[in-house]
Amino acid sequence: MSATETRQPPASTQDAGQRRTSRRRLGPGVLLALALAYVLVLLLGPLAGIIYYAFKSGFGVIGQTFAQPDVQHAFLLTFIIMAITVIVNTIFGVLVALVLARDRFPGKRLVSALVDLPLAVSPVIVGLMAVLLFGRGGWFEPFFAARGIQIIFAVPSMVLVTIFISIPFVIREVVPVLQELGLEEEQAAWTLGASKAQTFFRVTLPNIRWGLLYGIALSAARAIGEVGAVLIVSGAIQGQTETATLFILRAFDQFQDQQGYIVAVTLALFSILLLIGIEIFKRKRIREAR
Amino acid sequence: MAGAITVQGLTKSFGTFRAVDDVSFEARAGEITALLGPSGSGKSTVLRMIAGLELPDSGSIWVGDEEHTDKTPQERRLGFVFQHYALFRHMNVRQNVEFGLKVRKTPKPDARTRVDELLELVGLAPFGDRYPDQLSGGQRQRVALARALAPRPDVLLLDEPFGALDAHVRQELRRWLDGLHRELGVTSLLVTHDQEEALELASAVVVMRRGRVEQAAAPVDIYNQPTTPFVAGFVGASNLLKGTVRSGELLFGSTAVADASDLADGTDAQAYIRPHDVLLTVAPGNRSFPVKVERRTNLGWQSKLQLRLADGQAIFAELPNDELNGIDEGHDVNARLRNAKVFSADAGEPPAGPTEGSTSQDTLHTSDEDEVLAGRAGLN
Repeated sequence: MSATETRQPPASTQDAGQRRTSRRRLGPGVLLALALAYVLVLLLGPLAGIIYYAFKSGFGVIGQTFAQPDVQHAFLLTFIIMAITVIVNTIFGVLVALVLARDRFPGKRLVSALVDLPLAVSPVIVGLMAVLLFGRGGWFEPFFAARGIQIIFAVPSMVLVTIFISIPFVIREVVPVLQELGLEEEQAAWTLGASKAQTFFRVTLPNIRWGLLYGIALSAARAIGEVGAVLIVSGAIQGQTETATLFILRAFDQFQDQQGYIVAVTLALFSILLLIGIEIFKRKRIREAR
Repeated sequence: MAGAITVQGLTKSFGTFRAVDDVSFEARAGEITALLGPSGSGKSTVLRMIAGLELPDSGSIWVGDEEHTDKTPQERRLGFVFQHYALFRHMNVRQNVEFGLKVRKTPKPDARTRVDELLELVGLAPFGDRYPDQLSGGQRQRVALARALAPRPDVLLLDEPFGALDAHVRQELRRWLDGLHRELGVTSLLVTHDQEEALELASAVVVMRRGRVEQAAAPVDIYNQPTTPFVAGFVGASNLLKGTVRSGELLFGSTAVADASDLADGTDAQAYIRPHDVLLTVAPGNRSFPVKVERRTNLGWQSKLQLRLADGQAIFAELPNDELNGIDEGHDVNARLRNAKVFSADAGEPPAGPTEGSTSQDTLHTSDEDEVLAGRAGLN
């Protein structure tokens, strides 16, 4: 809309000058060194450690590890859960974001605050809530038990808690993009004869795509890494309800550190790929929200 | 193809705020009609209701002999141009213009020809591959216009189309739109708060205020025969002077200065006088009254003079320098009013007073609210 106006120089040159001098007083290298040390020690250190231990006794272990049916199953399960979570949270996330960004209704603030709840509640508590609802004696247990559907200690509950935990990401990324976008482009599309569906897919969706992809990537990363809630609802049954993260836990319990490390490195690798995606999407989204 | 736009008794409230109140007018086929009014007068809401972006609480909307009142925007086949262009930012110029053809399933070769034709028409043929953020404001609005015209709409609705542009671009685009309209002859309704724009472009002007129509007439009549004090004050520069009525004459002090034969004796009156309708002479004459020239600003071919009446009221006069005959700052001279529009003081005064003969309007508040609300309430 106002592309040129928003690209402004710093508020005032005097302001910028002050910032420069105060930084100079500290010494330009000190802050940089601190920041780098922080990142290296806290983030890259552990990563390097895992990689070192994973490959300490040669690369042969990798093949052995991945040859195990348990490991294969764990990865498969992790990705199934992630895929379902991402699909569900994308569809419903966009719906909720549209409602939150566009509609006015009583209780909107409450709904908006509730969306953030999964970020505030410990995943372990989320798992417990699921057990209370779907476990023996839970409110919904008779309904599903009567139909022979196993929820707790089975994949459905694992998907459920993972979805719950990653609800906020798509919504939180898409709402501001929608608000910034406004309604006029969509209304222009209507006056040009585009149906609501055509307008959504040709105008709204392309306009929010990077924000949406950013939210999806964050959701996926969260889904892959989830342990606490999944641990509680799944029962961590080897070869059945054991995800990649749960496999790592068990591997350490049973002193199979090397296998644990290898699975961990693999997961970390996926996370790094997602992280790169996230960075790209974030940058494009910033350009989008110009 | 071109049909007249007729609105009958259109009313719309946002919450307790009545943005549009019993509005009726006709925009003649093939002409440009302007909806003129200050912000908050409900003019944009009227336009949005005609487009179907807002649903009226009551009233009806017709284009030609087809009723549009309850149709969706998609069914109305209207062109709409937004103040802030509302171009699709992820599409280039060609794709923007093509959009309305594409969603209506126009065959590809036809669509391509039509887009070429329109880009040529708006003078943007070399810019087809550019994206909206690579264009200037004026260029963007021309793309928006081409986009709106592409599906050959029955009528064109323009919502403050030049409102976001620089003064000189606005001038240029106004002339260009005038030429374009002469060429195409599509029935157009132009919302604007800029009276100059309305007078220059439109063949009919509907002046709105507080959700109501104040006057609907040809531009020249709006300017020369305003029927309400509001129109007199809003359209064109005007001096406002207060006086009293006696024997059908408007009096300043004891001097009769203008005809007021339709007002009763003893009425407190207000008179609106254009600055170029204040005539100055050194010697007193019929219906003249003494004024002091407090300030004279020479604008080259004419001068702007600030005059003070004996009773302390001030007026401005704009006179060609060769008619001034040496009148200058500090001189005591005599003024005569030409074409004074005299209203009863109860008729209200611009821009804050109530509409003539309507006191129920007093409870309404004028603000930018209707534009804001109109923007918010769009998608439900």
